Amino acid sequence: MKIKKTLAILFSLTLGLAAFTGCGPANPGSGAGSEGQDKPAENSASDGNTNADSTSSGSLIKVGIINNDPNESGYRNANDKDMKAMFTEENGYEAQFAYSLKNEEQIAAAQKYIQDEVDYLLISAAGTSGWDSVLKDAQTQGIKVILFDRTIDADESLYEASIVSDMAKEGETAVNWLASQKLDEYNIVHIQGVVGSSAQIGRTGALDKKAQAEANWNIVTQQTAEWSAETAQQIVQSVIDAGTKFNVIYAENDDMAKGAVAALDKANIKHGVGQDVIVMGFDCNMWALEELLKKNWNYDGQCNPFQASYIDEIIKGLENGKAPASKVVIMEEKGFDAETITQADVDQYGI
Amino acid sequence: MAQNSLSKDQNFFLKIIKKQIFIPIAALLVLMLFNLIADPSFFRVELGTSSLGYPVLKGNLITILDNASELVILSIGMTLVTSASGGQDISVGAAIALAGSVVLRVLCGTETRPDHLHAPIIVAFLICCIVAMLFGAFNGVLVAYFKLQPMVATLILFTAGRSIAAWINNNQLPIISEPKFGYFGNFFPGIAIPSPIFIAILFMIITALIMRFTKLSLFTQAVGINAESSRLNGINPQFIKFITYVILGFCVAVAGFIKVSRLSTINYSVIAKDIEMDAILAVALGGNALSGGKFSISSSIIGAYVIQFLTITLYKFEVPAAALPAYKAIVVIILVVLSAPVVRKKLADMKKNFAAKEAN
Repeated sequence: MKIKKTLAILFSLTLGLAAFTGCGPANPGSGAGSEGQDKPAENSASDGNTNADSTSSGSLIKVGIINNDPNESGYRNANDKDMKAMFTEENGYEAQFAYSLKNEEQIAAAQKYIQDEVDYLLISAAGTSGWDSVLKDAQTQGIKVILFDRTIDADESLYEASIVSDMAKEGETAVNWLASQKLDEYNIVHIQGVVGSSAQIGRTGALDKKAQAEANWNIVTQQTAEWSAETAQQIVQSVIDAGTKFNVIYAENDDMAKGAVAALDKANIKHGVGQDVIVMGFDCNMWALEELLKKNWNYDGQCNPFQASYIDEIIKGLENGKAPASKVVIMEEKGFDAETITQADVDQYGI
Repeated sequence: MAQNSLSKDQNFFLKIIKKQIFIPIAALLVLMLFNLIADPSFFRVELGTSSLGYPVLKGNLITILDNASELVILSIGMTLVTSASGGQDISVGAAIALAGSVVLRVLCGTETRPDHLHAPIIVAFLICCIVAMLFGAFNGVLVAYFKLQPMVATLILFTAGRSIAAWINNNQLPIISEPKFGYFGNFFPGIAIPSPIFIAILFMIITALIMRFTKLSLFTQAVGINAESSRLNGINPQFIKFITYVILGFCVAVAGFIKVSRLSTINYSVIAKDIEMDAILAVALGGNALSGGKFSISSSIIGAYVIQFLTITLYKFEVPAAALPAYKAIVVIILVVLSAPVVRKKLADMKKNFAAKEAN
């Protein structure tokens, strides 16, 4: 018994230690900043107002980046890589990263960054509400906030800029492309993302509107697969099993389009350019664009994850005392047609 | 004479209703009846051809049997874990992501889109089994030897599992183009029945043999009912608890292998999402006490099929996406309440009282 007890104590001790050391690498910037670089960090904070010349004098701009978990999707992964590639010491930044899919954890990370006295707070919020007080704190500390990828429900004065995708416009681009195919009749299997997410609302909205307006547009099935390929496969399989006729698959992301196509393949339904069923996806994953290139799919709508260059531009502007022209910056986004896509497009836009 | 046969009938009926397997089977039958009345074509099964030109069976029933396979396999392991430790493993979804990631890592090496497999599929499967069983063992050690609440112990892997899965493949999403790998989650060429169904059946047969020819079932129940008295009778309760988690680890490996084979790729955050809840639900639907003790694996298996049947039925009736979870919840609540041991006992008592009054 005694041995077990000591073992348990030892084990819990090592666990505790592991927890502490585990914290270390999560915020290497702050760890180093609070010990080794204590003084320069304070310096940059004290002359935070006259930061304009701090870049030229060689000191780094401190940014705290709060993002969603990069494992969430290929999109997030590409986004995270893009941010990491941009906010490096070579580019004049000292960046700290925090990841969470939970709003409370993100807000806690923001509070920590405010205490660390970063110059800029870059936030891709997990949820839209609850950010007011922490953003006010940032404002009183003179920390500038830039939102990317997702907007929040807070007063516009609390942030400098918001760089977002217009999901409704993505949906419209896709629906317009579909309309340009001039089919006699549109029987659409519509596979939705997680209900209530901004991507789902935007991409569903455009299709719903068009289907209501046009007599020959029918949505034969509308169901959520919650971004999951397997669930999408089951849904399309059950549509096929029911004997419902359809000629368009409108999936709100690439994974779900892939699942749908797997179900079509099982049932020997031809899909792609010039075939029986039109397949549409979103997000421009590399493999999805390759499917377009092979003409197995027809359309893929872009959801631009490359916000870092936009943010960089805005920060450079602010450092020189220039506020961005408008608070909301909408990124340029494309839609790719299987008939016109090239290998160069795949290489450039694939994520 | 007539009286006698009547009471015999009643006895027979009572016996059936008291059987644990009654509720999940009844639920399955009700669902079937509902579909039969609403649309008899629900049960149509046709022989078609796949896009590769092989014959395949199509139909709702096949879809249900096919897609329930992973859940069936998991429910077997989950039943054992529940029985022995009186708690549930909530990390199976994350562990499936992990197992699937290991399979892809072994087959793809570090490439995201390999043109050939870097290892035989069987090797990938075996390594995936070992890794999944190690993680099962990790949970088992925490539960059996450190006496943590199962839900708390497995919370660790539940939180970290998907991140570890992503880390195994350097955050890449590999895709396997080799068609052979897809056979296990779809069809073997020339065989019209989806392979996951075969895997599930094979799994059930093996389980049945193990239950029949080893003392595992007896020991597990003994430990679940009273760990202390089973220890006094010469069983090592800690080891039994530990081994059930390792077995669940094996179930996870098989389920994860099927899952990644279905689409020859993986998405760490959504693969097998919430499947742990469905697996626990299958155990509960089977009328097993979630606090441990006596169990019936066959009831859990039927519970798993009920869940999948329900899902496909809801798709079939085109329940609006936003309302889908609510519908599912309502049906599930009714079933779980009916199959709860307390309610079952009450029902049986009521029936008995009624019969007694009738006889008087």
